[in-house]
Amino acid sequence: MKIGFSKSDEAFRQEVAGWLAAHLQGEFAQLRFRGGPGDEHSFPAERKAWERELASGGWVGVGWRAEDGGRGLSISQQVIFHEEYARAGGPGRMGHIGEGLVGPTLAAFGTPEQRQRLLPGILQGQAFWCQGYSEPGAGSDLANVQTRARLDASGERWLISGQKIWTSLAHEADWCFVLARTEPGSVGHQGLSFLLVPMDQANIRVQPIQQLTGTSEFNEVFFDQAETAANNLVGQPGEGWKIAMALLGFERGVSTLGQQMQFHNELEEVLRIARANGAARDPLLRQRLARAWSGLKVLRYNSLRMLSGPQDGSLAREAMIYKLAWSNWHVELGKLAMDVLGDAAEVLDSAPYGLSRLQSLFLFTRADTIYGGSNEIQRNVIAERALGMPREVKGR
Amino acid sequence: MEFAFTEEQLLIRDSAERFLAQASDSHAVRAGMSRAADYDPELWRQIGQELYWPALLVPEAYGGMGLGFVELAVLLEQCGRFLLGSPLFTTTCLATPALLLADNPALQARWLPAIASGQLHATLACPLEAAQLQAEVRPDGDGYRLDGCHTQVVDGAQADLLLIAARRPGSAGEHGISVFAVPTDTPGMVRTTLHTLDQTRRLARIELQQVPVSEAQRVSAIDQAWPLLQATQRIAAIGLAAEQLGGAQQALDLTLAYTAERHQFGRSVASFQAIKHRCADMMLHIECTRSAVWYAACVAREYLAEDGDPMVRGELLAAAATAKAHASETFFHCAAESIQLHGGVGFTWEYDPHLYFKRARASEQLLGNPAWHRECLATELLGACA
Ligand SMILES: Cc1cc2nc3c(=O)[nH]c(=O)nc-3n(C[C@H](O)[C@H](O)[C@H](O)COP(=O)(O)OP(=O)(O)OC[C@H]3O[C@@H](n4cnc5c(N)ncnc54)[C@H](O)[C@@H]3O)c2cc1C
Repeated sequence: MKIGFSKSDEAFRQEVAGWLAAHLQGEFAQLRFRGGPGDEHSFPAERKAWERELASGGWVGVGWRAEDGGRGLSISQQVIFHEEYARAGGPGRMGHIGEGLVGPTLAAFGTPEQRQRLLPGILQGQAFWCQGYSEPGAGSDLANVQTRARLDASGERWLISGQKIWTSLAHEADWCFVLARTEPGSVGHQGLSFLLVPMDQANIRVQPIQQLTGTSEFNEVFFDQAETAANNLVGQPGEGWKIAMALLGFERGVSTLGQQMQFHNELEEVLRIARANGAARDPLLRQRLARAWSGLKVLRYNSLRMLSGPQDGSLAREAMIYKLAWSNWHVELGKLAMDVLGDAAEVLDSAPYGLSRLQSLFLFTRADTIYGGSNEIQRNVIAERALGMPREVKGR
Repeated sequence: MEFAFTEEQLLIRDSAERFLAQASDSHAVRAGMSRAADYDPELWRQIGQELYWPALLVPEAYGGMGLGFVELAVLLEQCGRFLLGSPLFTTTCLATPALLLADNPALQARWLPAIASGQLHATLACPLEAAQLQAEVRPDGDGYRLDGCHTQVVDGAQADLLLIAARRPGSAGEHGISVFAVPTDTPGMVRTTLHTLDQTRRLARIELQQVPVSEAQRVSAIDQAWPLLQATQRIAAIGLAAEQLGGAQQALDLTLAYTAERHQFGRSVASFQAIKHRCADMMLHIECTRSAVWYAACVAREYLAEDGDPMVRGELLAAAATAKAHASETFFHCAAESIQLHGGVGFTWEYDPHLYFKRARASEQLLGNPAWHRECLATELLGACA
C-alpha cells in the first residue's frame, strides 16, 4: 500500500494541464465548468465537438487497455488526468456512457469484430450511447423487462419491439444498448439478451420527459420493429442479464474518478460562497462543510481501492457500497448548498424556471438515490450479496 | 500508487487475527476488565516478547523491525476487533511516534530499544489542545522540575515511562511547551487509576509535585514541543481509528450471526428488510471508514518515515481528522445498532455488544471527537470561526 505520485507522474500532470489549457480555448472556452451533474442539458452540440477535440489529443479511453485502442494509463496517471481535467474546468463528458460503460463491456464480452467496429467510434468522440434498461414495468425489478427481440427470417437482423423509459440522453445518442427478451415465454433474468441498436431509424421514437428540474435529459423510447444487425448481439442469446449486471459493475470503475472531480468543483463553489456570505462562521454549517469535504475524500479513497482491486466487473466490498456512498454524499451536498445560500437560494436566475447551478444541483441530486439501482435496492444487494443475509421474498 | 495490501501485510493481519481470536476472546476480555490496576501481564509478555508487535515501528538501528504505520494499522484493526486490553496502543501509537519525531538522539537510543524489546510500556501525558495544558516546567539547578496535573492519561498508572508535556509559567497557546521522558519511578509523581465507563482501557490522573527532570530527558527543543505533540496525537488518532474500524466490523459480525440464528414470526430475524437495510448501512459506514483509515495510515507512514513524501506529509491533519471522525461515528453507530438488533439479550451483561458500545463511546472521545476534528478541518478550509 503506497500513496503519492512519482516524478514521472508529476511530469505527466504538466502534460495534461498544458494540453487542457491550450485546448479549452476559443469555441470551447464557454464550456468550462459546464455540463456537469444537473447541467447535462447545456451545450450538447458543443460538448460533442469537445469530445472530438479530446479524442484528437488521445484523452478518451485513458484507462482502456492499449489493445482496445486506449491509453492504458496507470492508476496514478488516471487520477492525475481526472484531477487536472476538473481543475481546468473540463466540461461534463457527453461520451461517458460509451467510454465508461460500453467500452469496458465490449472489452470483456464483445467479439474481436465488435471491438474493432465499435470501439473506435467511442475513442474518436464520434459515437454517443444511451442505456435502454428501464421500462414502465421494470424499474427496480429490472428482470421484468418485456421489450422483445427476435431474429428475422433471414437470420441477419434482430427486430425489437417494446418501450423503454427514463433513457438519459436518448435524444443525443447514436446507439442504445437494449436489454430485451429474446426467448418467448421466458420470465425473470432468463431469456434476456444484450443488443446494440442504432438510434437513427424510423422505427424508434424518442419522446422527452420533463423532469422536476423543468428540463428534459431523459426520455421514453418506443421500439416498433426496430432493427439491428445480427452481429450487434453481445455474448450469446440468453446472456443479457449477466452482461447487463457486469456493465453496472463498470459504473464503479474509473468513471467514478471523473464524477468525483465534478463533485469537487461543486463543493469548491459551495465553500467559496460560504466564505463570501458569512456562512463559514456558522458553527453548524462549518461542521457540515467539513463533513462534506472529508466525505468527498473518502469517496476518492474508495475509488483508489476499487481501482487497485479486480477490474473485471466483479464487485469487491468497496465497490458494493460505492453507489450508496456517493448518492448519499451528493444528495447532502445539494441540501448543504441551499443552506449555505440561505435566502438567496430561493430566487431564480431567470424566468420561467432558469435554475442557477446550485439550485440545479439541489434538485438534480434527488435523482442520484433513485437511478442506477435505488438506495433501497443497493441495501438489498449489500445485505444479500456482501453480508449473506436471506433473499427478499418474491411476489410473483 | 497502490491502494491494496501487500502479501506481507495480509500475513500480519491473518496471524494477528488467529492469535487474538484465542488470546483476547470474550472470556479473556472480561477477565482483563476485572483487573482494576493493570493489564494481563502474561498477554503483554506474549505480545511484546514473542510476537514483537511493539517492535514493529521501531527502526532496525534501534533493534526494531523497521516496518511502517500501515503494518501497525493492520494489527490495530485486529486489536480493536477483539477489544484487546493492552499497553500496545499507548506504547506504539503515542510513545513510539513521539520518540521517532524527537530531536534528541541520545534519548532515542535510550528508549527505542527498550520499546522494541517488548519490555517497556510507555505513554504520553498531553492534552489535545495546547490551551488546556496546565502542567508547568521551571528551571531548577542544572535541570528542570515539573508541577501540576494531567487529568486523564491513557495507561498513565500502568506505564513504565511517561512522556510528559508541560509549559513554561506565563507562556500561552502553542508557545513555551516542552516534553520530557520521565520514568515512572521518579519521585514526586502521584498516579491514580480512574474508574472508567469502558473497562477495557485504563485512564489515570497524574499529579506532579516537583518532579526533577534533566536536559537529557527532553524529547524536543525546550519551549518548542507543540508541533511534535500535535503530530504525535494526530498519528495516534489514526491508530485509534484503525482500532475503531475493527470494533465496528466485529459489532456488525456479531449482529449478523445473531440475527441469522434468532427466529421470530417463523423466519430468521435477518430475513426482515428493516434488519437487512440497517446491516447494509453498517457495512456502508464501515467500508467508508476502512478507506479513510487505510489512506490515513499511509499518510502516517510517510510522516514517520525518513524518506517520507513531503506532499503526503502535509496531509496529516486532514487525514487524521477524516479517519478519526469517520471511525468514531461508525463504531458508535454499529455498536448501538448491535445492541438494538440483539433485542433483550443485547441489554445484558452476558452478551458482548455492550463491551463494544462502551469502547466505542470511550474511543470516540479519546484524541478528539468528531466535532472537534471537523472543526480543525473547517479552520483549514474556511479560516477560524470567530
Ligand atoms: C434522472 C434519471 C435518469 C435515468 N436514466 C436511465 C437510463 O439512462 N437508462 C435506464 O435504463 N434507466 C434510467 N433511469 C431509471 C432508473 O434506473 C429507475 O428509475 C430505477 O431503477 C428505479 O425504478 P422505478 O423508477 O421504476 O422505481 P420503482 O422500482 O417503482 O421504485 C419505487 C420505490 O420503491 C422502492 N423499491 C422498489 N423495490 C424495492 C424493494 N425490493 N425493496 C425495497 N424498496 C423497493 C424504490 O427504492 C423506490 O423508492 C433513470 C432514472 C432517473 C431518475
